[in-house]
Amino acid sequence: MDPSSHEVNSVSVPAGGVLRLRMAGVHKSFGATRALRGVHLEVGTGEIHALIGENGAGKSTLMKILSGACLADEGIVELDGKPFVPSSPLHARAEGIAMIYQELTLAPHLSVEENILLGAEPSRWGWLRQGRRREMAHAALQELHHENISCEALAGELTIAEQQVVEIARALIGSPRVLIMDEPTSSLTQVDTENLFRVIRKLKQRRVSVVYISHFLEECLALCDRFSVLRDGESISSGAMGETDLSRIIRDMAGREISEIYPRTPRTAGDVVYEWRGLAGVRKPSGVDLSLRAGEVLGVAGLVGAGRTESLRAAFGLDRARAGEIRVFGTRVESPTPKRNLDAGVGLVSENRKEEGLMLARDLADNLAMTRFGPFSKWGFISRRRQRECAWSWMEKLSVKAAGPDQTIGELSGGNQQKVALARLLHHEARVLLLDEPTRGIDVGSKAQIYSVISELAAAGKAVIVVSSYLPELLGVCDRVAVMCRGALKEIRPVEEWDEHSIMTAMVGAEGVAGEGGRV
Amino acid sequence: MGFAVVGLLFVVLLGWKDVVDQMEKEDLKGWDGWRRAWGSSGFEGLKAFLSVTNIKTVLSQTVIVAIGSLGMTLIIVSGGIDLSVGSVVALTSVLGATLAAQEWGSFGVIAATVLAGGMIGAINGGLIAGLRMMPFIVTLGMMGVARGLAKWLAKNQTVNYPESAGVNHLMKLEDLDHFLPLPSGVWLAGGLAVLLAILMNRTVFGRHVFAIGSNEATARLCGIRVPWTKAFIYALGGVFFGFAGLMQMTRLTQGDPSGAVGLELDMIAAVVIGGASLSGGTGSVAGSMMGALIIQLLRNGSSLMAWPNYTQEIIIGVVIILAVGLDRWRQSQEPRSG
Repeated sequence: MDPSSHEVNSVSVPAGGVLRLRMAGVHKSFGATRALRGVHLEVGTGEIHALIGENGAGKSTLMKILSGACLADEGIVELDGKPFVPSSPLHARAEGIAMIYQELTLAPHLSVEENILLGAEPSRWGWLRQGRRREMAHAALQELHHENISCEALAGELTIAEQQVVEIARALIGSPRVLIMDEPTSSLTQVDTENLFRVIRKLKQRRVSVVYISHFLEECLALCDRFSVLRDGESISSGAMGETDLSRIIRDMAGREISEIYPRTPRTAGDVVYEWRGLAGVRKPSGVDLSLRAGEVLGVAGLVGAGRTESLRAAFGLDRARAGEIRVFGTRVESPTPKRNLDAGVGLVSENRKEEGLMLARDLADNLAMTRFGPFSKWGFISRRRQRECAWSWMEKLSVKAAGPDQTIGELSGGNQQKVALARLLHHEARVLLLDEPTRGIDVGSKAQIYSVISELAAAGKAVIVVSSYLPELLGVCDRVAVMCRGALKEIRPVEEWDEHSIMTAMVGAEGVAGEGGRV
Repeated sequence: MGFAVVGLLFVVLLGWKDVVDQMEKEDLKGWDGWRRAWGSSGFEGLKAFLSVTNIKTVLSQTVIVAIGSLGMTLIIVSGGIDLSVGSVVALTSVLGATLAAQEWGSFGVIAATVLAGGMIGAINGGLIAGLRMMPFIVTLGMMGVARGLAKWLAKNQTVNYPESAGVNHLMKLEDLDHFLPLPSGVWLAGGLAVLLAILMNRTVFGRHVFAIGSNEATARLCGIRVPWTKAFIYALGGVFFGFAGLMQMTRLTQGDPSGAVGLELDMIAAVVIGGASLSGGTGSVAGSMMGALIIQLLRNGSSLMAWPNYTQEIIIGVVIILAVGLDRWRQSQEPRSG
């Protein structure tokens, strides 16, 4: 149970001093795709190591090799100085490699303790030892300072952040030597992220080595000791976090400067084209007023659960609106449904790309044109040829990397999928675009492209609402930023009057900020 | 495709059986004997199976399941299922026979039968879309309701009608010695298949059907009126089941309220063998037609071989698993991008 027992004489060595994990010259190909081309990774004992790279850079493949999900074609892996060939996930787990995936893998209908000890249930002659299980689960949670999570609660009833703690507790049961975390904060709020960081630092004290994968570079900077950057399956750079800065890392991973990421087009706000008056959902939001001008990008910040997504969904007619009215170009949208909104020229990109945003099993062309077959159909009959031509032209405009319009969308990378989801609105010629977390979980290159598309849309006189949990992006892209808190819109100000700290203060609902109310 | 492999395997099996029979007849043994039997065998069984007459017979026997599979394809591609088809076929065949017995004209009988099927489908679809009920449960209930109605309408007996009724020409197997004409039912099934294929692949409605089956949440997001579309899908499916009922009726010149039990399972099997996924979003008319044909070919081949009924059942069961298993395996072999 004591992970540091084999490192007794290394206690005084600083993090990164004694190697826990060494991967060298790792090659891996899938068919003709060379995913890894001689990658190196060195992680010290009790070190938090950021593994950084765009989607498709090879991070996931490297971690799959480490966790035994696939075999390397070439290269060596050493764990505590001994050669280690992870042959299966089970084998890697037994050797102390634990992995926490981006998508949570808890069984929602089982209790917390059942989840924590899933596959490692304490038993005697096949009979479950319930008391012992409770003890072990509780001890694991206690170690993470989360005794507040009840062992009997059903996993599905916990918040995402709590579920993540349970997931980490599960990893701790196997007393891991290396813990891999893949985008653990992508669905967490700032506060939950802070809590998670405390938990991770706790692991560091236990001399567990953590490989931390995240698109949020600021997080890596705050949390990690060292970093490695991958690009196109090759090791680009690595070093101590303290000796580098953000712009260098971004340059390494994207091959471009940070100033190119938030391009701003010259634009002027026109007339009010889109309004919410007293918009209220079944539970959230509770009466939101908002108005948006043509050629304007409005950001909406807030904690998860503040009612941002709920507002968009109620306005778009995906969820029932309890009260309020929506006006598009001055015309009221009666009892909004997605169809009526689309007919009025309002489009929405869902925050949940895989489950709602796209039909993963269908091809690119259909995903792109689903709301508007008009340009290439007559009497309800579609000309597939013209549909493909149209899809090609959008693929070129947004530089979507895909084999062609007939490729299944699920085979594309997250960034390219998101570009298609956005292209659907462009093809629909939406004049009001509601974008819910448009850059979640996608690589920096695609992010930059989506920002520039938003910018161009505004310059062309479209009105855009961006809901995001990533404050630098709101500050970089938007003309005005609104902050929501507990279902109400607290404040809207021009972007120049905000900074990350003041937005955060407003988000958590601190006193003395909500002076002006939400009306603009 | 899985079904093509299965079809070939079956032809090989029949040929092999011919050779083995020949070996028994000539009392031959071993590899040499097998080779001599291969030479001297006339492949009578295989020839009978592949003869024009037999293929025409198989085609006409397939018509009922084939037409039903069309409706089932539409429903399964949209992510649904319909378990009431067997009962609906019985009900519509009884209705048609009753009307024909009352000397309604052909057109009237056809229209009434098909409309009745469509109406039951519309009720299914209305409940599924309006109350957001599971298709499995709604159609399971409708399976009982329609069966009961059929028996009630027929007063628990088969309903006979005069052979001379005009509709009766739909399934007559005449002129079997010529390649053409095929029975009109086969033409009807082919025509309906072409229409449905065009509807599903070339129209906006077809895109919507695939979209709903692939991801209903996305369909809603894209402004597709999911409830209406679903209701229409089941109603249209019902129209096909009405046609299947009509075929069932004209084949035997009667409406049998206790017939066609479990017919929906044949149709589901045909659709699935044809490459559709029960979770929706994939499937094709051509595939389903091949699936229906394969099932009937196996039945027919087995009875030509004079294999007992239980052998047929085992073979068809294995084939469903084999055909779908092959498709799965093939998909898992495709390289995935990561």
